[in-house]
Amino acid sequence: MNEFQKLEIFRKSHFIRNFELGIASLHSAGKINVPIYLGIGQESIAATLSVFFGERSIPIFAQHRAHSYFIAFGGDSLDLKNQIISNPETWNLGSGGSASISDKSIRMFGHSGLMGDQVPIAVGYAMRKGERVLSVVGDASVEEDYVLASLAFAGSNSIPLLLICEDNDLSILTPKKVRRTWRVENVARAFDCQAADITDNPEEIWSRLIDWNQSSCLVLNIRTTRHLWHAGSGRDSENPADTLSEFRDSLLSVGLENQVLDIEQKNNKVIEALWN
Amino acid sequence: MELDLASEIRRRTEELIYQRDAVVMGQCLSAVGWVGGTVPELPNHPNIIELSMADVAGGGFAVGAALDDERPVVYIVRYQGFLWYNAISIVNYAAKSFELFGVPCPLLIRAIAMEGSIGPVAGNYHLSLLLRMPGVNVFAPMTKNEWNFALDFHFNDYKRPTVIGEHRLAFPLKEELVNYHGKKSRITILAVGSARLSASKAFQMFQKEGVKVDLFHLFKLQPLIWPDGLVESIAVTGKCLIVDSDYANWGPSENLGFKLSKVLKCRIQVLGLPRRSAGFSTITDNLSPSPQQIVEAARELLT
Repeated sequence: MNEFQKLEIFRKSHFIRNFELGIASLHSAGKINVPIYLGIGQESIAATLSVFFGERSIPIFAQHRAHSYFIAFGGDSLDLKNQIISNPETWNLGSGGSASISDKSIRMFGHSGLMGDQVPIAVGYAMRKGERVLSVVGDASVEEDYVLASLAFAGSNSIPLLLICEDNDLSILTPKKVRRTWRVENVARAFDCQAADITDNPEEIWSRLIDWNQSSCLVLNIRTTRHLWHAGSGRDSENPADTLSEFRDSLLSVGLENQVLDIEQKNNKVIEALWN
Repeated sequence: MELDLASEIRRRTEELIYQRDAVVMGQCLSAVGWVGGTVPELPNHPNIIELSMADVAGGGFAVGAALDDERPVVYIVRYQGFLWYNAISIVNYAAKSFELFGVPCPLLIRAIAMEGSIGPVAGNYHLSLLLRMPGVNVFAPMTKNEWNFALDFHFNDYKRPTVIGEHRLAFPLKEELVNYHGKKSRITILAVGSARLSASKAFQMFQKEGVKVDLFHLFKLQPLIWPDGLVESIAVTGKCLIVDSDYANWGPSENLGFKLSKVLKCRIQVLGLPRRSAGFSTITDNLSPSPQQIVEAARELLT
């Protein structure tokens, strides 16, 4: 990963963080009347993927908690805001909300609300179009039987699926160890997929993506921390790890302070204009 | 030589493969019989896709394949009762994709019913589980013209999924099932699904007895398009017997009766599957109404 790519990941992560904080504020002020699904603390995953692949370059099949993918892959943040606040003047007449955002221009498909059903749909899409696809699940929805059956099919048929499992160890507040003994990366390997269990550090994600041949299935279980729950009501822990902050520190440590400050200043201006 | 329905389905499917690069997806497509002779025998052809036996995921694969693509995708559900698994992504994603996200998902689903000592899942019609859901077209054709109507309707729409509810009893049929709208008939019979075969026999039984009966076949279920002359017939007879191969209780036949009662003042009786599960033997079966049952129900309505 070169310097430019690192700064791009930081720029996107920082923007996503502040966009999400703005949504949380609006929700707290009672100005959003739909359930919101924030990805604060998990920004580095979408940001790193988008810098690696490039914007608008890979079809995206996510579910709720996908604002970060919308923004990172080049979606218009004003359009996203309008979808979330259910503005009836948006292209989808305010039907998106936070849980089922989509944007044809960045090839991000909407979600039905059935956890994990985006995975078999992504597999079918990749099979028919003959191109790589990105699908995103959480550590809960990866337990859906049809997600596992999709991995089995993708592995057996060399479907170029990149499945990202954002693993904060919790389904609502039920930890993984209560729900299962198996690990998704082991199951994926048994299905002839490539797989790894990693942290959400951008460098680590990047190195795994470089190793992917992009002509078969890769499953990345990415351990991460969610700072705010569904409606900004709580956090995974009192002092959650903050990958964005750690990544920022790493950039400062290699003498990129001016560039970091410049990014923050520019992002803040855009965010301020967006919310005002 | 005149084709039967199975051969016509096979012919149209082959046409779609070679002229429009369609794919046919499903389980055990190339197994013995090639789905009752309805799938072109093209071993190892890249457009004939054998899926794994995972029914829920399989429905999702088909939906994903049809998403935002001009090339047709034909998805075969080999037993209509397997829709309980397969329909999940069809009704919850494909049917909503255009309405919610502006992205068409014109998946064509062939769901094949049968009946007779084959249990509660493989037996009879299960289309009612789809009919209440928005965004999905549903047809229950028994003849070649009807099947082709459903296919043409699908391609004219081409935004939403279309379910063609077939029945194996119809595969050998070469003739069309025609409506009969006479003068001074005493009762109107509206028949749906494979019960139409029984209804046709019941109609002949009445004819032999000299009882004047009108018979109408309904296969355009969603959007619901009544057969020509049905309303006029009921306006004269004042009595309508609706026969169906799905459950009557909370099912399509009761719903059709309610819809008719809103526009016509008439007596309506419905006859579908009784509210019990079909067993796997002749003594525990739950079959479409028989010709005799239809005749008896019609007589009861006439008294």
